[in-house]
Amino acid sequence: MNMRNLTNSDDQALLKEQGIYSSKLERRSFLRFAGAGAAGIALVAAGCKKDKLESGVNLGSGDIGILNYAYALEQLEAAFYVQVATSFYAGATQAEKDILIDIRDHEVAHREFFKNVLGTSAIGGLEVNFSTINFADRTSVLGTAKAFEDLGVSAYNGAGFLLRDAGYLTLAGKIVSVEARHAAIIRELIAPNSYANSEVVDANALDKSRMPLEVLGIASAFVKTKINANDLPTT
Amino acid sequence: MNILNILDEIEKVDGEVYERLNPRRKAMKDFFNFGSKVAAASLPFAIGSMFKTAYGQTTASVEQVFQYALTLEYLEAEFYARGIATAGLIPAGASLAAITIIRDHENLHVAFLRSALVSLGKTPVAKPTFDFSGGKGSGRGPFATVFTDYNIFLAVAQVFEDTGVRAYKGQAPNLLRQGPLLTAALNIHSVEGRHAAKVRQMRKERGANVKPWITAKDNGIGLAVVQPSYDGEELDTQAGVKITGINGQAISFNAATESFDEPLTMGQVLGIVDPFIV
Repeated sequence: MNMRNLTNSDDQALLKEQGIYSSKLERRSFLRFAGAGAAGIALVAAGCKKDKLESGVNLGSGDIGILNYAYALEQLEAAFYVQVATSFYAGATQAEKDILIDIRDHEVAHREFFKNVLGTSAIGGLEVNFSTINFADRTSVLGTAKAFEDLGVSAYNGAGFLLRDAGYLTLAGKIVSVEARHAAIIRELIAPNSYANSEVVDANALDKSRMPLEVLGIASAFVKTKINANDLPTT
Repeated sequence: MNILNILDEIEKVDGEVYERLNPRRKAMKDFFNFGSKVAAASLPFAIGSMFKTAYGQTTASVEQVFQYALTLEYLEAEFYARGIATAGLIPAGASLAAITIIRDHENLHVAFLRSALVSLGKTPVAKPTFDFSGGKGSGRGPFATVFTDYNIFLAVAQVFEDTGVRAYKGQAPNLLRQGPLLTAALNIHSVEGRHAAKVRQMRKERGANVKPWITAKDNGIGLAVVQPSYDGEELDTQAGVKITGINGQAISFNAATESFDEPLTMGQVLGIVDPFIV
């Protein structure tokens, strides 16, 4: 756990506190309005606020919420690599194609795995937004792949302590090391010996971990569907 | 990690948490004084130290996990240090730079785990004496040329890294709900995964038939003696879900096995590293 993680956790706590604070205020003002005989208006207002707060695809709570969170990230990664492998960037070598095809298969396997494990609790398919990616350009594709893989590693690392079930924790562990292998090789394709450089590894040689809200904030640039993580565990 | 959240969570399962902690006002005071002095990285372990005071029995298995991890990190750190110290073994330039990065990481992991154990009030295990030939001190094990033949050196590196990944993974359930201790272990685990991929790629560039990920239970080295580090990796059913051809997708058996790394138990790993420890 490094300083950055502590800061992230503090942010999470802050967000949570603000949520509690504002919902208390809401209730207080509701009571005040109700006392003034404007209960109907206040109820409508509260209803609108609630809808707005809970809009988007809700990941759910507890371990199921965390699995849906992983499912959302795997959907994003799989969609990206499917598009990469449909039409490779200019000048892709056979070795690069082999690696990218393998990674595509791994991410599709992860996505389908979560879908099946979650069953009726699974969120629907997310609509992605890859408008900022130039799939014809090596730098754009590999740069995005690097960002997604490093983000995935930090997401799994940061979600482990939120899980209650040892079996799910092991499954997350089985996947995260494969994501780390992806991250390392993509980084090597970009720059030799950057597989675990200071962008991702701290002064104790620990990889990054990120809380779900931070990860989803970063991922939101590539996801059109609004994701609601309000019910995810934070401790 | 918000300390108040931790206490709230504990209170849900143990209504007496504050009573457990309050009679130990001095311990809490020590903790907060300690916390202001130590580096941020060590802070979670200071928290662990405070809980150890209240829940002494729960840290036994955590200690075991960290002592075990420390032993494996000693093994890796000394292996790379000796390789680098052997003139002419590792080609100068990118190869030497790559191995030096890994050595530095393993040294940092050793230091981190030692300080974690100290923060938990435990004495870190001493570094064992190693025989990297795998000969238990004879120097004539199956990897007798490990410091004269660069290909063998990289093969042993691959085995250590892949085994390390499986070792940390196998201990995750023992750190379930251990907050920052689990997160720290996971953060080391994925770095070992990055190392493994890099070493495998270095071997591939020298003609070995390996990928950055583990295909089925192929060791990619061709020596039966390393097979225990790869047995079990051929699993293609996860949580009862068959991954090969899942939901009509064109996922081959090989891709299915590559998609998931498998854990090893402490016993399995200690069996694998035993020939390297005198």
